Amino acid sequence: MSRRAVITGLGVVAPNGIGTEQYWAATRAGRPGIRRISRFDPSRYATQLAGEVEGFTPTDYIDQRLIVQTDRWTWMDLAAAKMALDDAGIVPAQEEPYQMSVVTASGSGGNEFGQKEIQNLWGKGPIFVGAYQSIAWFYAASTGQISIKHGMKGASGVIISEAAGGLDALAQARRAIRRGVSIVVSGAGEAPIGPYALTCQMQNGRLSTRTDPGTAYRPFDADASGYIPGEGSAILLVEELEHSRARGNGQIYGEIIGHGATQDGYHHSAFAPDGRQFARAMRLALDSAGIGPGDVDAIIADASGVPEGDRLEAQAIKEVFGSRAAEVPVTSTKATVGRLYAGGSALDVATALLAIRDGVLPPLLNLEQPAEGCELNFVTGGERPARLDTILINARGYGGFNSALVVRRYVD
Amino acid sequence: MKRTVVTGVGVVAPGGTSRDSFWEMITAGRTATRRISFFDPSGFRSQIAAEADFDPRAAGLTDEEAARMDRYIQFAAVAALEALRDGGLDLALVDRDRMGISLGSAVGGTTYLENGYLAVSDHGKEWLVDPTKAWPYLYNAIIPSSLASELALKFNLHGPSAVISTGCTSGIDAIGYAHNLIQDGEATVMIAGASESPISPISMACFDPIRATSSRNDDPAHASRPFDLERDGFVMGEGGAVLLLEELEHARARGAHIYCEIVGFASRGNAFHMTGLKPDGLDMAEAIMDALQQSGLAPEAIGYINAHGSGTKQNDRHETAAYKRTLGQHAYNVPISSIKSMIGHSLGGIGALEMAACALVIERGVIPPTANYEHPDPECDLDYTPKVARRRRVDAVLSTGSGFGGFQSAMIFARPKELAS
Repeated sequence: MSRRAVITGLGVVAPNGIGTEQYWAATRAGRPGIRRISRFDPSRYATQLAGEVEGFTPTDYIDQRLIVQTDRWTWMDLAAAKMALDDAGIVPAQEEPYQMSVVTASGSGGNEFGQKEIQNLWGKGPIFVGAYQSIAWFYAASTGQISIKHGMKGASGVIISEAAGGLDALAQARRAIRRGVSIVVSGAGEAPIGPYALTCQMQNGRLSTRTDPGTAYRPFDADASGYIPGEGSAILLVEELEHSRARGNGQIYGEIIGHGATQDGYHHSAFAPDGRQFARAMRLALDSAGIGPGDVDAIIADASGVPEGDRLEAQAIKEVFGSRAAEVPVTSTKATVGRLYAGGSALDVATALLAIRDGVLPPLLNLEQPAEGCELNFVTGGERPARLDTILINARGYGGFNSALVVRRYVD
Repeated sequence: MKRTVVTGVGVVAPGGTSRDSFWEMITAGRTATRRISFFDPSGFRSQIAAEADFDPRAAGLTDEEAARMDRYIQFAAVAALEALRDGGLDLALVDRDRMGISLGSAVGGTTYLENGYLAVSDHGKEWLVDPTKAWPYLYNAIIPSSLASELALKFNLHGPSAVISTGCTSGIDAIGYAHNLIQDGEATVMIAGASESPISPISMACFDPIRATSSRNDDPAHASRPFDLERDGFVMGEGGAVLLLEELEHARARGAHIYCEIVGFASRGNAFHMTGLKPDGLDMAEAIMDALQQSGLAPEAIGYINAHGSGTKQNDRHETAAYKRTLGQHAYNVPISSIKSMIGHSLGGIGALEMAACALVIERGVIPPTANYEHPDPECDLDYTPKVARRRRVDAVLSTGSGFGGFQSAMIFARPKELAS
């Protein structure tokens, strides 16, 4: 039997809570983190809401020296990585360096740092570009910094597939475990709330321009108008089962048992109208887990919030789950925290594991009247207790990426 | 595990925007490094680069593709067209649900992003940029995943697809990722490679303060000097390369021409410094040893090493140490070279260009030289194939990469045993 990848630690920095339990308590209670942008004056932007992480003090987690060398996105990844390690009770200095890897995803890298340095270059001149631009803006910054901070020398990587990246990174973490490492710090963060990054996002035509936080991002609702971006990070400590056992660890959130990734290969921005590849990603995930739709206790949806995207996700779920589609509970916390892109899909996995732990599904906020075609068993009107062993997590990345991951309660 | 073979090669490089012109150039020892022409580099410390003379429409892209795709994506699209043609793969006959994409890039759409920024910020004056002046494809530019999604769209591929972004090892790592997917049966055919177009003011500017790039501005043609005592940094380059990878039995069943097999791929982190390298080469050596073990080859079986050879003081020393540590006495006998001496260092793209060169070395029996190598460095005392190519049959090639973030990767290509007679 191949080496099993279990999750033994979680770290979360989210718009509605810094820290895993803070996020989880707020999410269960339906306390949203979406509000008017405060980090800059959003008046001239059509989209003025975001899931901002308020009160995040990077020095609580990171050396001052490192803060000036890195973007906000990496600050949050470093903070979440530290939380995940602490939660798992792993002291990296006591582990074999080549047995520890780092695999993260990123949708758009060190946005604010990059904007600042382009501004320095063009506003002042080439010599005003700082020495850290070359290591802060690029997509490998978080993986590299986590690896250095914790002395992790195993095969590491950065997997990019827009919002599907969090799941694809965790799938790669599982491959790394299977290929021989013991520990993988994996997940994703995103910090896309800056003037230029927001301007870029607005060009994709999927952002809601509403200003009421209660109705701006409402996945699967007849009144859906797009999504609201968010920032944050979710880092998971993925560990080889025997390694976890050998150190006498008693905390296992669950196991990664299946993954599937496909590409629409259809259009540079539009969703493929048939949803076939999205459904196929779910099937691949279930097949590789060796389970069927009947074994899935809940689905955490991509929850695009774009009417077309919602309808296609519901359609794909119906196609895969058949008669069970009306029964299996579907939820998402994206309406609570915003769409964190790669960080969002990693956060969804953390959410699934917390739901399994506590036997409760968090509510899907802002859903009042399901859109036509979106008749699923959504978790609305508050959290819902349930016996949860196996959860399917969906993610779609702009440009046609589809990914699905299955996690299951760990049983000895 | 299943076996991965290379059945097609496509290249867009400075000085040679096709596989054969690239090969002709690097085996002739010609350099494509020159004073930057894309913008006025006067205010910069390093004012030189290896630029590709590339016209996307002449290279086969549509007007719409040329407008929407950033330059690095155009390189990859054109290289993929060539690789598919070379591999004789009829897409109508392939199961495209099982054909995916793995492409590397370190800095993605920064060129489009930088130029787009000037439009919305009144040339860098306004922090609260004006969204009404935004260019249409800014979102495609800010997400480097566009590199993979554009090629998936172009060829209507539905297999697992991603961009791998591990700094300057992105190219090797993307090919390695594709190889692992084929090994594990997650895909049968992969478009694998990498691309980069970083010759823009912001990318040049960010290497100036850390003195990573060469300032030999008065002699661009000889500025990229890997392993030479007088080397003073890397010379920025651009370009892309795509390898068509197939599961061995799939390639055999359709009678495909096989360049070589991927017999080893490994990566390590130095967990030391984002840009610095210790002189001991220890972590790169770990990656090389792992790749060698996977291949089942003895160190003596390596007939050529395609070095990262960036031309920075620290890299070339570090890498030399890694070769000695892993190959022992054979390190002194095996020919080594760095094609960055000719086509510059295209960051995330270069690893794929180097693996393309490695496939061609096995196929064509010629070892490209290290151009500009003149003055031996006592700390770099191996055979770096100075200036002139060598004709020699090579059955196994090692290529190494080293990237910001501490990434150290190694890959081995070999002539499949079945074809070795």
